[in-house]
Amino acid sequence: MTEKLKVATVSLAGCFGCHMSFLDIDERILDLTAVAEFDRSPFTDIKHCGPCDLGLIEGGLCNSENVHTLREFRRACKLLVAVGACAINGNIPALRNPIPLKECLEESYVHGMGIENPQIPNDPELPLLLNQVRPIHEVVKVDYFLPGCPPSADAIWKFLTDLIAGREPSLPYPLIRYD
Amino acid sequence: MNESLEIARNPERLRRVAIDPVSRVEGHGKVTLLLDEHNHIRQVRLHIVEFRGFERFIQGRPYWELPVLVQRLCGICPVSHHLAAGKAIDQLVGVDRLTPSAEKLRRLLHLGQLLQSHALHFFHLASPDLLFGFDSEAGKRNIVGVLEKYPEIGLKGVKMRKYGQEVIRAITGKRVHGSGAIPGGMNKALTKEERDGLLIDLEDVLRWAEEAVALIRQVYLANPDYHHHFAFIRSSFLGLIQDDGALEFYHGGLRAKDEFGRPLFDHIDYREYGDYLHEEVKSWSYMKFPFIVSLGRENGWYRVGPLARINNCDFIATPLAEAARQDFMAQGDGGPVHSTLAFHWARMIEALHCAEGIKELLHDPDILGRDLVVQGEKTTEGIGVIEAPRGTLFHHYRINEEDIVTEANLIVSTTSNNQAMNESIRQVAMRYLDGRELTEGLLNRIEVAIRAYDPCLSCATHALGKMPLWLDLVDADGIVLDHLTRNSDGETAH
Ligand code: SF4
Repeated sequence: MTEKLKVATVSLAGCFGCHMSFLDIDERILDLTAVAEFDRSPFTDIKHCGPCDLGLIEGGLCNSENVHTLREFRRACKLLVAVGACAINGNIPALRNPIPLKECLEESYVHGMGIENPQIPNDPELPLLLNQVRPIHEVVKVDYFLPGCPPSADAIWKFLTDLIAGREPSLPYPLIRYD
Repeated sequence: MNESLEIARNPERLRRVAIDPVSRVEGHGKVTLLLDEHNHIRQVRLHIVEFRGFERFIQGRPYWELPVLVQRLCGICPVSHHLAAGKAIDQLVGVDRLTPSAEKLRRLLHLGQLLQSHALHFFHLASPDLLFGFDSEAGKRNIVGVLEKYPEIGLKGVKMRKYGQEVIRAITGKRVHGSGAIPGGMNKALTKEERDGLLIDLEDVLRWAEEAVALIRQVYLANPDYHHHFAFIRSSFLGLIQDDGALEFYHGGLRAKDEFGRPLFDHIDYREYGDYLHEEVKSWSYMKFPFIVSLGRENGWYRVGPLARINNCDFIATPLAEAARQDFMAQGDGGPVHSTLAFHWARMIEALHCAEGIKELLHDPDILGRDLVVQGEKTTEGIGVIEAPRGTLFHHYRINEEDIVTEANLIVSTTSNNQAMNESIRQVAMRYLDGRELTEGLLNRIEVAIRAYDPCLSCATHALGKMPLWLDLVDADGIVLDHLTRNSDGETAH
């Protein structure tokens, strides 16, 4: 038997919807696991990425930990894919970009309704927030971009099957859309 | 209880162990343990590092965007956010009663959501622990392992989830982040073909849901003492309830019971939630700590979600789920069931109720109705509350005369379980980890306790080491894009 394709996935500043769309391949997961295996992913208990053929990144960058994880993936994965609008351009979370970060934090933890013990959380265990949400290609080289919020399961499937078959991945026009 | 484990004295002298990231949960969190030289546990915390600032940046947007904007909070239960916001904007346009068809469509949509989310959680995320054991081989402890070893169980989970997603797609056009709710109603009727399509697999889904209840019951009762005491804590419970006391997911009053099952409040109009619930901020987590005001900050924390709903309701209106509920409640000896792992059992009873509820609605002639929108007099405040898969979800908005959002408050379900999750993992740490050499299997027990709550933690985290914190954001060509530091006040500087 030939070696299985090693795939790692991660959610950065996203909503997990792109991972859900991935699971929306439904029973086709059996075809996938016949030729591929998961390394680090929210679906496995592998906490750090080993050498992989393919890394799927959901979400943009909103804190230092996202940046750290993204770089770990870039080092470990031969091909890196920006999956969905958040990874590609920041998407809805980037709506906070015109607003000073302090104002966002104060809204949630100081001035909000029904707040007691108002304070902005501050602990060495909490990663540093970036002042703006950034797309991942600003920080690492990205090999492919899968558009959509989320990309449909069919788009993800087409991409994966092209890649597994050794074809240059390409999406037919109807699969390229945001909504 | 284990509150002393929240804050250790002299933390700098203790050894830090982190579970990072917590895996097989939706989103990203981490646990830190502080131990002394004899491996005694001194501090245990679940940190949520999620901060996206939705409450602030949706201000300035027109109110009708809310249902499609805020569902991007969560790709697992987007429908719950979509509908909570939808209910709030109904109030903004002065509508307090939808047409029967619109309301039933929303209910059907919501049941599809609960079914797929519960199936995802139980089969894809939690079942590996329950089927293989808490300290089984880490590399196999996942859904792929389940599909290999127990293909029938794994595939059933995949198909149950698929069915829930198909219900959502039929109504909103997409499985994730579709659109349905508009001010005062719904934007599209269900066609007969779509309805008939959903009827095809329905009987199978009902059978699978019954089998899922039987499966978790059997697993739980195979080792009842162990499962009962694992991560055991006592708490109050909160959720929505129907007027007659029936289990309710879409619309009702607020009910809270104390740890003995005695009512704290009942049938409260949820627009008054601010009088009953407040939120405390703690320095070490971006997730706030809500509590019941009358019980105070220390003792007012509570649990929400499947276990809370099953404990709180007087009955379930569909027969199969009601029989399963009665059987389940026997675990509580006349009072509420407190066992943390019983969450899984309660979740599958709810999944069964969803399948039964979907069947009822698909056979209801109103579901194909085309009268979908009503209009009213505009107001400036809207509060929508719903039972999301993980528990009670609050959306509260104010707008100005230009229809622009000026204020927003969101209490998401997982937040309400914040203190409970922390209590549960402290219990596990004291019972199984204290004084021992920590192994992967022991640490997984902490995650097993967290997974029972099915938390949705979206976003990322990692240990950063010591202050001061600094970061250079360098692009792929090595050019510095930004440079950040955090000073001792927690303020970020550039
Ligand atoms: S692209 Fe859309 S679905 Fe994917 S993580 Fe972002 S908001 Fe969620």
